[in-house]
Amino acid sequence: MEKGLVHVLRADLARRRKATIKQMKKSKISFLFIAPYCIIFTVFYLVPVVTSIGLSFTYYNVLESPRFIGWQNYINLFFADDVFLTAVKNTFLFAVVTGPVGYFMALIIAWMINEIKKPVLRAIMTLVFYAPTISGQAYFIWKFIFSSDSYGFANGWLMKLGATYSPILWFEDAKYIQPILIVVVLWMSMGTGFLSFIAGLQNVDRSLYEAGYMDGIKNRFQELWYITLPSMKPQLMFGAVMTITSSFAIHDQLAALAGFPSVGYAAHTVVSHLVDYGTIRFEMGYASAIATLLFMVMILCNKLVQFLLRKVGQ
Amino acid sequence: MSAVSAVFRKKKRAKPNHSAAGNFLNMLLLVVMGAFMVVPLVLSISNSLKPLEELFVFPPRLLVRNPTGKNYHDVFVLMSESWVPFSRYIFNTVFITLTGTLGHLIIASMCAYALAKHKFPGRNLIFGIIVTALMFSGQVTAIPNYLIMSKIGWLDHYVAIVVPALAKPLGLFLMKQFMEQIPDTLLEAARIDGASEVHTFFRIAMPQVKSAWLTLIIFSFQDLWNAQGANYIYSEELKTLPYALSQIAAGGISRAGATAAVTVIMMIVPIVIFVVSQSNIIETMASSGIKE
Repeated sequence: MEKGLVHVLRADLARRRKATIKQMKKSKISFLFIAPYCIIFTVFYLVPVVTSIGLSFTYYNVLESPRFIGWQNYINLFFADDVFLTAVKNTFLFAVVTGPVGYFMALIIAWMINEIKKPVLRAIMTLVFYAPTISGQAYFIWKFIFSSDSYGFANGWLMKLGATYSPILWFEDAKYIQPILIVVVLWMSMGTGFLSFIAGLQNVDRSLYEAGYMDGIKNRFQELWYITLPSMKPQLMFGAVMTITSSFAIHDQLAALAGFPSVGYAAHTVVSHLVDYGTIRFEMGYASAIATLLFMVMILCNKLVQFLLRKVGQ
Repeated sequence: MSAVSAVFRKKKRAKPNHSAAGNFLNMLLLVVMGAFMVVPLVLSISNSLKPLEELFVFPPRLLVRNPTGKNYHDVFVLMSESWVPFSRYIFNTVFITLTGTLGHLIIASMCAYALAKHKFPGRNLIFGIIVTALMFSGQVTAIPNYLIMSKIGWLDHYVAIVVPALAKPLGLFLMKQFMEQIPDTLLEAARIDGASEVHTFFRIAMPQVKSAWLTLIIFSFQDLWNAQGANYIYSEELKTLPYALSQIAAGGISRAGATAAVTVIMMIVPIVIFVVSQSNIIETMASSGIKE
């Protein structure tokens, strides 16, 4: 009896193995199609992330080979590095502004644009709001608007109106740096998610609205919450992923405007800290620990957003 | 244009619950916020056309009075005095952008096609990893990437910028989502006619997703057009346009006019491409959603 069972199991296993091999042969062409992408992706995206996690447990200065030091980098980050804690605080501030605030702004603006009836006007408005995001280093203009002489826009007009008698040193005063940078960051925060929202809104099934009117949807806000948003959940998720990535990666704009390092570390984010240790001090192990933490926080945020999006329309 | 785009041609109907006052208020708010978005860009363009004496007036003016092309002329003069001719920087960036974008389009589309239309073991896992990779920002991978580049001897070559860009997760993700909509019957028909998989891909599948091409192109273009590549490239003659231009911007107040001109040169190209391809991009983004 038992022997029979073993025999059957063995035969089953052999059959399955044969099926898998057959499947593999059939899939050969598929693997050829994905190979170029997957090889490059593995080498330049996957391996780096895994390496980064590995290096974060070492002391590595590029000259000597990495030396394992356990959790020491993480311990130092949280208990011995005041600048890192400042960076976390700043990143949190900017991430909240570009993250939730920027995300909802993008969604609301996309929705408002969608409410316009003329397609040409819709296209123009989409361009108007998306242009700052795609115009490369156009954020340099803010340096001119807030320049520290009387020829800058902000100072010029404040002085003309008599609000101040001498030019304000916008980017040299920690008090002004953050508010200005928040404005700049919001200006550029439409992002890829915005396009996804515009597209999602345009493609909500029209018959759902008709059904909604029958069921007594009274105004455009109810329509938004009960019909529009639930049917574009996938786009909302995509927008969230893109927003999380870009809001935690904020550094370039800040460094270009406020300098690097900035006065009183007012514009120092976690990525600034990472760039500092990675490309200036060459403490690669420490920098990798920062990168790993950043990555983990992004994944956590992603899970949180997934959880929150389930509540939409309820 | 194609079976896929037919899905998107839907009629807009008047919505009964929308008041005229609401529509007006909506437009008004959009115009006010839109002004905030546009004014800095207008100022950039206007500044780039201002002669020196207009750049430094009190109070500052938004619009230029006597437009001049002198600032643009200055950029070229400045750059022609540099060690490496300006045309070389332009060539570098154009070369990197074109090869990177074209390669990305082909490689990502091939992979997207297999993931969307072939059934093979592990495809869900692979796609799952790529969706997670949407969150790998450049800074997180920068250090190991540098180490890898130096190991394989790619430092100080174009390939260090071009090759990683070929496998950008965003492009593959959008392409795969869009390709899901190609009707299977269309592909089956081609296969029954004896077309090889490669033929089916290039001749049947790819023409169906032209709007996704444009979307991939604009995202890839944006990245590469703005790539400084300063991490990997040391030789002056291999450096990119944004790098060269950032050097002008570093000239400070005396280069204010030229800096404005540079900013405009850099921003105008992506904006023009976006304007031309906007409707196609929106069509692609409709399928961009991440389903649970």
